[in-house]
Amino acid sequence: MNSAIRRLAVAAIILMLALMANSTYLQAFRAGELNGRNDNRRVRDSQFSVNRGPILIGSTPIAKSERSDDRFKFQRTYPAGPTYAPLTGFYSYLFGRGGIELTMNSELNGSDPSMAFRRIIDVISNRPQQGGSVTLTLNAAAQQAAYAGLAGKTGAVVALEPKTGKVLAMASRPSYDPNQLASHDLDKVSDAWKRLNADPNKPLSNRAAKELYPPGSTFKLVTAAAALSSGKYTPETKVNSPAELPLPQTTQPLVNEDRRNCGGSDNATLTVALRFSCNTAFGSVGLDLGPDVLRDQAAKFGFGEKPLPELGAVASQFPGDPNQPQTAQSAIGQFDVRATPLQMAMVSAGIANKGEVMKPYLVQSVKTADLKTVSETKPESLHQAVTPEVASQLTTMMIDVVNNGTGKPGRISGIQVAGKTGTAQTAPDRPPFAWFTAFAPADDPKVAVAVLIEKANISRDDIAGGKLAAPIAKSVMEAVLNQ
Amino acid sequence: MSIASTSVIQIIPRTRRGVELFLLIIAVGVSVAAYVNIGITVQDKVPASTGYYAAGIGLLALIAHLALRYRAPYADPVLLPCAVLLNGLGVAMIHRIDLGLASIAEANGRTPKAPAAPQQITWTAVGIVLFLVVILLIRDHRRLQALTYTAGLAGLVLLVLPLIPGLGVNLNGARIWIRLAGMSFQPGEFAKVCLVIFFAGYLVVKRDVLTLAGHRFLGLDLPRARDLGPILIAWGVSLGVLVFESDLGSSLLFFGLFLFLLYVSTERAGWLIIGGLLFAAGAFFAYQTFGHVHKRIQDWLDPFSIDGGQVATGLMGQAWGGVLGRGLGQGRPEITLYGQSDMIISSFAEELGLTGLIAIILVYTLIIERGLRTALGCRDIFGKLIATGLAMSFALQIFVIVGGVTGLIPLTGLATPFMALGGTSLVANWAIIALLLRISDQARRPQTPAAPVSDETIAMAVQKQ
Repeated sequence: MNSAIRRLAVAAIILMLALMANSTYLQAFRAGELNGRNDNRRVRDSQFSVNRGPILIGSTPIAKSERSDDRFKFQRTYPAGPTYAPLTGFYSYLFGRGGIELTMNSELNGSDPSMAFRRIIDVISNRPQQGGSVTLTLNAAAQQAAYAGLAGKTGAVVALEPKTGKVLAMASRPSYDPNQLASHDLDKVSDAWKRLNADPNKPLSNRAAKELYPPGSTFKLVTAAAALSSGKYTPETKVNSPAELPLPQTTQPLVNEDRRNCGGSDNATLTVALRFSCNTAFGSVGLDLGPDVLRDQAAKFGFGEKPLPELGAVASQFPGDPNQPQTAQSAIGQFDVRATPLQMAMVSAGIANKGEVMKPYLVQSVKTADLKTVSETKPESLHQAVTPEVASQLTTMMIDVVNNGTGKPGRISGIQVAGKTGTAQTAPDRPPFAWFTAFAPADDPKVAVAVLIEKANISRDDIAGGKLAAPIAKSVMEAVLNQ
Repeated sequence: MSIASTSVIQIIPRTRRGVELFLLIIAVGVSVAAYVNIGITVQDKVPASTGYYAAGIGLLALIAHLALRYRAPYADPVLLPCAVLLNGLGVAMIHRIDLGLASIAEANGRTPKAPAAPQQITWTAVGIVLFLVVILLIRDHRRLQALTYTAGLAGLVLLVLPLIPGLGVNLNGARIWIRLAGMSFQPGEFAKVCLVIFFAGYLVVKRDVLTLAGHRFLGLDLPRARDLGPILIAWGVSLGVLVFESDLGSSLLFFGLFLFLLYVSTERAGWLIIGGLLFAAGAFFAYQTFGHVHKRIQDWLDPFSIDGGQVATGLMGQAWGGVLGRGLGQGRPEITLYGQSDMIISSFAEELGLTGLIAIILVYTLIIERGLRTALGCRDIFGKLIATGLAMSFALQIFVIVGGVTGLIPLTGLATPFMALGGTSLVANWAIIALLLRISDQARRPQTPAAPVSDETIAMAVQKQ
């Protein structure tokens, strides 16, 4: 009998050891995964009690934590909420985080491994954990001009510094007020969240970097770059540019916007074709080059890659295997070509920077609470999209667009602007997308910009990239250049 | 040792009551320290009620200790301090969660519910009273053998009590509670004690038949088909508990206890195999047939599939505790569902960390192993079986509840002995500890004078049946 009892005693010990082993696995090894869960209230609450660092432009906070004496110790506030909402994102108790608040969370709350030393000092000196600050590359004046320019419209603006890739401005409208989501009045937060998500105008979406649009005629810059880089074309090469270009495999011809030929000629030069944004001319060039050449050129400008991981930007696309009519459509930025305003700003910036596309970045530096720099972003090259010679030819053609063509509304007195308009049709029942992308000054570019208008309260006939988008681009460029 | 099934371990007879007193002082000290710690971290002051708490726990421990000195001087010196420690820590944690719940209620502008800790202290007192009754009235555990069938009947009645309409209530999907005079009881906790007495008494008489007859198959001694009756009945009753009361934990506990005692009394592993197969069949049948069993398994396999699931909140609490814990009063056990009752282990794991949880499991292991040691040392088969049954009931219960809370096995609603909020369980566990101490007193007592008298008693008791 005793031997059986002994065996049970061993069995009981094995059961208890199994409990200890499982608890060890749970609390020592699986804890990280469980603590990282979004629905983990404990982690959320404790992060809400941390003095989170500010998000800065220069030394001005666009997001900061203030002492609060309700259920949490700190209240996150956004002094110019909607203007910067697509960048700062929000910091909500109930609905998680977005934007920089999400991607730089560990730096902002001070838990990042790079701040471990500082945290140890805090623990030893019995000070509460303090988050680090994140300084953005933004230019406040440009951002305000961009946001103001979009007033009453649905659209987005992106401005980049061509030589570095710094994001100078990124605005999207309609926007939202992140203060409403950061409130400690959780019922109100819940209501605001429901309202924002139900809004058909999608105020929570970042149109500048996370939504894809047909780039329309602004994509002709990429087609032109491919043509010039191929060696078969110069800016003076004459191309087939009738009022209607018959396409193979279909009875549907490619037509120019005004149903006329290109600037009075059926054989306009590439420069003239860009000046008047002739669809038939670039359709012919696209058919001549083929989809693979166009796709390669697009990829060199950044299509197919996800830029700006700080904001989770999406990759722009060139269709995989278009047939001939689809290739012609793609060459003029229609069919399945899709781009973010950020991507089109990168195209301009690449041309402005002698053909070298710089990797866009938004976070300039991260500092600890006692202002020690933890990291500083250095400019990095993404791709050499075109040779400096081709870049210079494209610049000349874009100057012509602004001085003599569709881009006239983008002119700035005393400063030479180079640009390209776009008006992308999608469906007959919705207004076209109006685009303008440009850089200035043409001889020593300080700013490259892309503007997209998705919807504006004007009649359909008045929607054109030049009229609608160019003035906004102009004001953003002026804001940068006047400093 | 393996031949003589009734052999006895020689223990130098020493009372060890001084050791017990010393351990009790530590147990009470740790509990009071926990209580004070909670006051300081949650309310920034040593709570005014510390005196009452310390005096209460200390006095109850002292009374139990004196009763042992008086009536069971050779009893095991470790069991009582372990039980006092777990009970004291449990009350401290329940008090800590009371404070947490009150502050949540306050933040939401609601009136906080009445604190649960004072209730638990009252039940501790009732438990100690029952402890005294057992120690003082049952002078010799062998007298209980005369009650074998009475205990069996009582156990069955207690088991089915919650099924009586108007008396039983459904709580959290299981029908294991009864409501009497405005208070809730879990009769299954006492059924456990009664059934252990019944199993032991029954097996003392029947073990020979169950041991000797049978045939060998693949090196195992398998019983005759007609001897399968008892195990099938136990299996059927367990399934009944599962089907009609939706209580997985108790069902597993009862069947497991019977199986263990059958194994110990016959020393035939064949019974464990048959029992294991029956259990597997029952579990599979239950999984296929009953929604609540299915749901428990789902909740185990993927705790986060159910929004705000009980296991999920507990697991996140334990992860938050990590290796060293948040510190008493500095975690958030109040947001764990049932953090005072079913999930109290998770609350401890959160505030005391893996370290604290392992310490608690070790204290339980001590109780189990001291119980089994009592069984080894006991001189009569009936006592051996009871001690084994009671000790293994702790083992099974701890494994099932702690395993469930930490995600090792599906969660079933068994109480965490001595710690979880709930009067019946607490009182029943004090009775179990008293019984174990009573048996251990007999086991450790110097052998000579007691033996002849008790043998007579045994003979009488058996004849009566």
